[in-house]
Amino acid sequence: MQVLSDNLPDLLRAFWMTVKLFVLSGAVSLVLGTLLAAMRVCPVPVLRFAGASWVNIVRNTPLVLVFVCVTFGLPAIGVRTSFFRFAVLALTVYTAAFVCEAVRSGINAVEPGQAEAARALGMTFRQNLTLIVLPQAGRTVVPPLANILVALIRNTAIAEAFGVTEASFELSGLVRDHPDALYPLFAGVAAGYMLMVAVVALSAKLIERRLTVLR
Amino acid sequence: MSIVLFDPPGPRARRRARIGGAIATAAFAALVAWVIWRLHDTGQFDGDKWAPFKDTGIIRALARGLGATLRAASAAVLLALLLGVLLAAGRSSTNRALRWPVATFVEFFRATPVVLLILFLFLGFTDDFARLGGHLDEHAPDRVSRILGLGQFGTLAPLVLALTLYNGAVIAEVVRAGILAVPRGQAEAARAIGLTSRQVFRLVQLPQAVRIMLPAIVSQAVVALKDTALGFIIAYPELVRVGRLIYDSRFNIIPTAIIVTTIYVTLNMTLEWLANRLAQRQSRRYSRDAIAAARTAALPT
Repeated sequence: MQVLSDNLPDLLRAFWMTVKLFVLSGAVSLVLGTLLAAMRVCPVPVLRFAGASWVNIVRNTPLVLVFVCVTFGLPAIGVRTSFFRFAVLALTVYTAAFVCEAVRSGINAVEPGQAEAARALGMTFRQNLTLIVLPQAGRTVVPPLANILVALIRNTAIAEAFGVTEASFELSGLVRDHPDALYPLFAGVAAGYMLMVAVVALSAKLIERRLTVLR
Repeated sequence: MSIVLFDPPGPRARRRARIGGAIATAAFAALVAWVIWRLHDTGQFDGDKWAPFKDTGIIRALARGLGATLRAASAAVLLALLLGVLLAAGRSSTNRALRWPVATFVEFFRATPVVLLILFLFLGFTDDFARLGGHLDEHAPDRVSRILGLGQFGTLAPLVLALTLYNGAVIAEVVRAGILAVPRGQAEAARAIGLTSRQVFRLVQLPQAVRIMLPAIVSQAVVALKDTALGFIIAYPELVRVGRLIYDSRFNIIPTAIIVTTIYVTLNMTLEWLANRLAQRQSRRYSRDAIAAARTAALPT
């Protein structure tokens, strides 16, 4: 326990990095994933194809490989920025594909009569999607999106191997310095992740309860 | 495909779609052109960047990497299935002293990053695992120890154990959902003819649940296969690590990344196609809702 309290400032700084990774890539993937889902159900075939290709390629690629492609591949073709931004990019590219699939299945779960009624009123595709279908899809989509965000929290740990000094990186450094304190260090860092997961899961529960309507 | 969101296009809508399509195509073409220009500009299409992949040594290294990936994946999936069934049995037990610890165990390993588990097992116990592997290596025939990868046990074991713990916890939830989807009359009838609760689970509920769960389990196997790439972090010689060894010595990261990605996408798409085939076959026997419920019990990763 001594080790944990002695290194508390470093651990907190590392966890702050994890939180930044999570919040940034989470927010961008939610937006990007919803856009991708809109592309996959829209009337323009080219956009449908582009959305489907993104999802099918990225979902079948290990996240580590996405990290390798972004962090080491992009500099090879002349794109350079910080490791942190590369990590956010890799996590976003990956998570957006899953968000897209969740939102799309939410769109498909909306009663077809709703979209048909909107069409009968003369609404365009965009009005139909943004005013009628997406708001109703939002309800069913909260639990799967929460699962995706929990997976994202856990995935931020991969950035450890790609130059980002986040919680897991700090953990391996501390374990190398204090090999005999393996268990408390591991338990402390795991508790940190659990706390983040609990916050996301609880907020999802609250949002879900807020959005539920009696039918 | 939710075609319900827009009407069958008339002449004006078709024109709009064509214009939108043209703009989108132009945008994508511009993006692709920029990427190709960057690739060309940095010499990624030069023959000498691709030449290594004609070298049998490199091809053999890639094959060995794929073998190491598949070895870790199959070991992790088999062990996770075993663990998952045991955990599911424990969690649906009538004994509270068993149910609670099992539930805590499952929730802990579902929430902890796999990377953290791998680091814990690697940093803490790699020497022990390596020693154990060496010890087993002495007594096992050459062929067996090659297949089991005993020579790399110091990194293989942490990877496989971490994946087993995580996927076992997820599969436990899948199994539980599958068992709940078996009609209740089955278990009631089994109890009525005097089977013990363990017999009911093993002889009646589990065999029927397996059919419902199979697609979800194959999807989870894809997740486990992808996650073996985490072995990269502790230098287990799987496919991505081998890729790194190649591009570090030949300075051809882009061609290597393209080839390794293609291998993964092909492999996983084949497995996913298999999962969908299975889901279709099972849906003749069980309601699609039951199968979908079992599939959503598995978290996306």
